[in-house]
Order: sequence, then structure tokens, then C-alpha cells
Amino acid sequence: MFPFSFEWIWDMSHIVFHGGLWYALSVIGMGLTYCVIKAVYDTVKGPGGGHGHGHH
Amino acid sequence: MDQQKNKKYGMVIDLDKCTGCGSCMVACMAENNVPFREDDTDKLLSVSWMQVYRLSNGKAFPHTEECYLPRPCQQCEGHHGHSPCVSVCPATATDYDMHTGIVSQIYTRCFGCRYCMAACPYHVRQFNWWDPVWPTGMERSLNPDVSVRMRGVVEKCSFCFSRYQTSMNKAFLEGRRELEEHEYQTACTQACPAGAIVFGDLNNPKHAVHKLAQPDLAHEGKPRNPKAFRLLERLGTNTKVYYLSSREWVRKAGDNEVKKA
Amino acid sequence: MDSALIPKGVKRCPIGQFALFIAVVGAVLLWGVVAMLLIYIKGLNQTNMNNAYGFALWIWADLAVIALGGGAFFTGLLRYIIGKDELKNIINYAVLIGFVCYSSALLILAIDVGQPLRAWFIFWHANVHSMLTEVAFCLTCYFGVLTIEYVPLVLENRQVDKVPFFHHLSHNMHGIMAIFAATGAFLSFFHQGSLGGVSGVLFGRPFGFRTGINIWPWTFFLYTWSAAACGPCFTIFITRITEMVTRKKLVKDNVIDLLAKIAGWMLLTYITAKIIDTVYWAMVTAPAMGFTLMDFYSNNPGSVYGIWILIAEVGICGLLPAVMLVSSGIRRNPTLLFIAVTLAAIGACLNRWVMVLQTQAVPVLSFEKWFTYMPSWQEIATTILPVAYGIILIALSYRYLPIFPQERELNPIEGGK
Repeated sequence: MFPFSFEWIWDMSHIVFHGGLWYALSVIGMGLTYCVIKAVYDTVKGPGGGHGHGHH
Repeated sequence: MDQQKNKKYGMVIDLDKCTGCGSCMVACMAENNVPFREDDTDKLLSVSWMQVYRLSNGKAFPHTEECYLPRPCQQCEGHHGHSPCVSVCPATATDYDMHTGIVSQIYTRCFGCRYCMAACPYHVRQFNWWDPVWPTGMERSLNPDVSVRMRGVVEKCSFCFSRYQTSMNKAFLEGRRELEEHEYQTACTQACPAGAIVFGDLNNPKHAVHKLAQPDLAHEGKPRNPKAFRLLERLGTNTKVYYLSSREWVRKAGDNEVKKA
Repeated sequence: MDSALIPKGVKRCPIGQFALFIAVVGAVLLWGVVAMLLIYIKGLNQTNMNNAYGFALWIWADLAVIALGGGAFFTGLLRYIIGKDELKNIINYAVLIGFVCYSSALLILAIDVGQPLRAWFIFWHANVHSMLTEVAFCLTCYFGVLTIEYVPLVLENRQVDKVPFFHHLSHNMHGIMAIFAATGAFLSFFHQGSLGGVSGVLFGRPFGFRTGINIWPWTFFLYTWSAAACGPCFTIFITRITEMVTRKKLVKDNVIDLLAKIAGWMLLTYITAKIIDTVYWAMVTAPAMGFTLMDFYSNNPGSVYGIWILIAEVGICGLLPAVMLVSSGIRRNPTLLFIAVTLAAIGACLNRWVMVLQTQAVPVLSFEKWFTYMPSWQEIATTILPVAYGIILIALSYRYLPIFPQERELNPIEGGK
């Protein structure tokens, strides 16, 4: 699964297979991270643009 | 790294000599700690690395003929080391060894998906549907050189690989890397009372198996001996078990052919 | 009692009635769980699998359920990438059905393997040459994608949506859903195909083996194609069943019609390719391996695998529903549409059945006979287990989540809440 594992060989099959896999995982991971971070930001920003939390 | 020529350990089984006694099956089970149950009548659930089949020419009396065919793992090479079972294992629990020609099975790696069993046309691969249970006291007679398997993993004939390892260790201690023909022999070969099974290195012209089968190494081991055949030759499995028979119907039974109209 | 959880503007049956429904299905689920525990404790000897049938009911169930769950990726592709906007009214349900299907497949796989605690080896010690490795990776990743597509629906529950973070999260996820859908389609193409490759690469099994292109047997492409064709048919099938049970119209006719038309053309092109592949295999590939077509369909006990099964798969459950779905007159008749999508779904199941089980049944050595198999009750119970779980999840989702955007419009409540 990783380049440091015993079965890993730097041949075309491994490069193509794992290239595709890690590409897909990266896209999903980055997309999710963006959604969560933006959601946190939007929540902290509060409705109407002011800071709605933590100033009471 | 010492330049050893790759070996191709194989078998030649003379079906004219085989009496169907089953000693090979018993010897194999004893050597390899093959598990068994109280009721092993269902042969599709039992484990038997070496399996003797009974073939018939299908004719009525007085022309009925029978033939017994012992079937170990065929140790298929396929095309350039791609055995049907090795390429499909998702966890690399089985591997084709280019140095010996033997298909290994790593019991501790296997997670029991049984894809290799689906792939093998010879049904040499068997599954541990149960955990092995050794009758009290019998665990002392188990072969310490062969690991016992747990439920949920696949097992198959390994051409008594532990014997290869033992012989190689002994040879190494004696300062050599090459084995003599008699130093590495499988349990079934030694047990056969009729001498029907011969085992050795197909690549070595001095070994009996090479002389009997006369494999054409340029054409994926096809036997040159007209009496010799391999099971399912047409599929391209490139097996290492050659059968000899003087009877044409037996040789024909080894493969499938579309009958020309 | 739970009206606060029910989406605005729609009616749901009384909680007591709902609880009773869940209890009945729950009893079936429990039966499946008992069987599952038996298998975990006692081992795979609880099944009727044997050394000739390493692959049996469960593997078929996995393949079938993933093919039928193909509606999720294909509808997603059509909606988000190709831009068929009307499908936004059925995509939620397609995703939910896909989620149920894929989680079912993973559940069955977890029960099927001999050493479940070692299942992670398929990732850690991956053999990249094996079709099953590809299946495991892509399936797991795609299940992640389906979860990502399902989570916003859960977050849109009336009460959950009140939490600002969840509201923003679901909104943001919807915003970039096209990226997830595209990745999902990419992953689906490969794992649907690799499932076809599972039988197609077996050069020791002439029934399943196919030639192909590079490392991919033709069954690779045929499986993706049939999943794209039959998956939406299954989505329509389940939608219609849901409408019958809830006695409501949930999706407008034009949406169903569009999906059915596209599925019909996919099915028609697929079946053409399938027929060409079958003819080539029967006339060239199999004879080269020593078998005629009828060798695979004769002399089997009870004619379970008689030639009827090929005719049923390709003809009755392939060509027939394809022709029905591409003809607008037939497609717009609700009864005929229902028959067509049912036949198409059965066709996908039949295809997966023969490629798994018939491959095992056919003797390859000339001195062996056909192998027979009948699943044990434990296998049947654990196969029905995910169906029961799916019904419960769908029922809960339908009750509490805004799955159908057009439901309010199609079922106005008089003097409504």
C-alpha cells in the first residue's frame, strides 16, 4: 500500500494503481477538509457577517 | 550472489504403474500435518493435498478400463510465472518462486477470500472450513517442520517444501548450494510402493523427471515424450506434473478438445 | 410524537405504525444477525460452500448489490458532470440506495472471509495484479464518497439543520458535490469493471474467461456498462416500490422518464456488446480451451444451468427491457415501465450469478462432474440481513430527511402545517 512496504516495486503496475488511488484519496480528502474548514469559518463568522460567538 | 541456475521442481507420475492404493495420500497427510475430521466422507469438505482420482473409459463390460490418477498441486507456471492462482491473490499470500518453480502458500498472510480456489481448475486448493482437531496424543506425532494451519485459510500441496528447506540447510552446512537428486524428494514420491511417482528438477538433464517427460523448455515445458501429457495443457497453465500412460484414452482424458464434426 | 423531526410540509404515518413496521423488519434483521454470529463463532462450515464452491451466494450478493447500486454513480455523473438538472429530484434517493447497497456489500464481505481480522491485509499487502485488490480499494473509497454524499442529507434534517455548523457544512458540501460525484464516477468505473475482471481473468475457468485489451478482459467494460444501465433501473424500481408503500407520488414523471430513457439506451448498447462478446467467446475463446458452448449448458443436474439461463439473461432480462425502455410509448406506461426496470435489475443479477456460480459449477477436468450447490439457511439469512437493514435505513431516511425535493409539491397538505 505504501512505498515502504515489502511488496512494493517501482514498476508501472504499482505506479499506475497507486497513482490513481492516492490521487482519488487526495481529492476526497482535500474536498472534505475544505468543507469542514469553511463550515467552521462560516459558523464563527455568524449570521450577517458579525462575530456572533464568544463576545458575551 | 552465486549464479545458480533456476530449478524447476516437477513430478512425473506413471499411470501405468499407479494402483490407486492411496499411500501417497496418507504419506502426504502425515508429512504435512493435514487436518481431518471424524467424518471425512464429503470429499469436497475434506483436505487432501494429494488426491487420487479414478478415471474410466466409459465403455461397457468387457471393454471397461480404469485408471488411477494421483493429483498433487500442479505448481503451474502459467505464462512467465503467472499461475492462475498467484495472480489473483489480493494479499500476496501465494507466490511463484522462480528459483524452484514452486507455488508457495503463506498461511499467516491468507485471509480466506478463496479467490485462488475459484481460479484453480484442478481443485488442488482446499479450505480449512474447520479448525484442526488432533486426537489426544496425536499432536506429538505432528511434523515439527511443517506449520499447522488455522480455520479460514487456504492450503495446498507445496511439493514438501519443508524438505527442500531442510536439505538446503544441510547442504549449506556442508558448504554447497546444489542439491543431489535424492536429497530433496517429496513424501508421496517416497511412499509410492509401485514407484509410479518420480520427483526432481525438470531443468536438469541428469534428473529422472527430465529424462521421462522430456520437457520442451522453449515451448513452456510441453512434453516431448509421446506417452507424456499434462492436465489441461490447452489452458496454458504450464504445469510441472507430467503423467505417463500407454493408453490413448487416458492421455485424452487429461484435456478437453472440441470434437470436430 | 416525532413531528419535530419530520421535514416541513409533508405528512408521515403515525409513529406507532412506523414503529411496528420497523419491529417487523427488525425481526428479520435479528435473524440475520444470529446467523452472522454463528458464522463468526463457528466458522465458514456453517455455510454450504465447499472446495468446489469457494465463491457462492455471498460473492454473488456482493456483485449483484454493487451492480444495482450503480444508479448512484451514474445518476451523479448525469446530474453533476453532464448537467441533466432534472435528476436533482432523484439523486438523493439514488445516493441513499447506493449507500445501502455498498454498505451491504462491505457487510457481506466482512462475513465472507475466513479470517476477518486479517481483512486489512488486502490494503496493507496489496497485490496490484489482482482484480480483487482493485475492487477492495475502489469500493472502500467509493463507500467513503457515498457517505460524503449522504451526510448532507442527514444534516438537512429539520432539527440538525438548526445547528449553525451543520447547516454550513451541508451547504458547503452541496457546493462542491460535483467534485465528489466526479471522483465517485472515476472510482466506480474501475471497481464495477474490476468486479467483471474477477471472472474474466480466470484462464483456468473457460466459462468465465474472456480475452480483452491489455490487462482488462472484456467483462471489465461489460460490467461497468451494465451497472450504469441496470443501476438506474433499480433506482426507479425502488422509487416505485416506495411510492406504492407510502401511497404518494414522490418524483415527477418527467424525471423518471429521463432516467429510464437514458438507462434504456445504456442497456440497449450494453446488450449489443454483450451479445457480440458472447458470440466471440462461444465461437473462438472457449473452443480454443477445448469447450463448445453447449458444454457449459448441458448435463448439469436439474438443468439448473440449461441454455434457458443464457436466454433469460440476455434476451428476456436484457434485450426485452432495453427495447421497452427506449420506446417512449411503453416507457410512459407506469405498469410496463415497472416491468421493464424489474426485468433489467433481474438481468444484472442473473449475469452476476452465472459469472460467479456457473463458473464454479462447470467441471474443467474431463473426469469431473458438475458441482451442485444450495445455500444454507445461515447464508440466506446473512444475505437477507442487509436487505432488512436497507429497508430500515430507507424508512428512517424517508421519514426524517428531505429525500424527495418534489414531494411537497406533489402532495400538498390541505390547511397544512
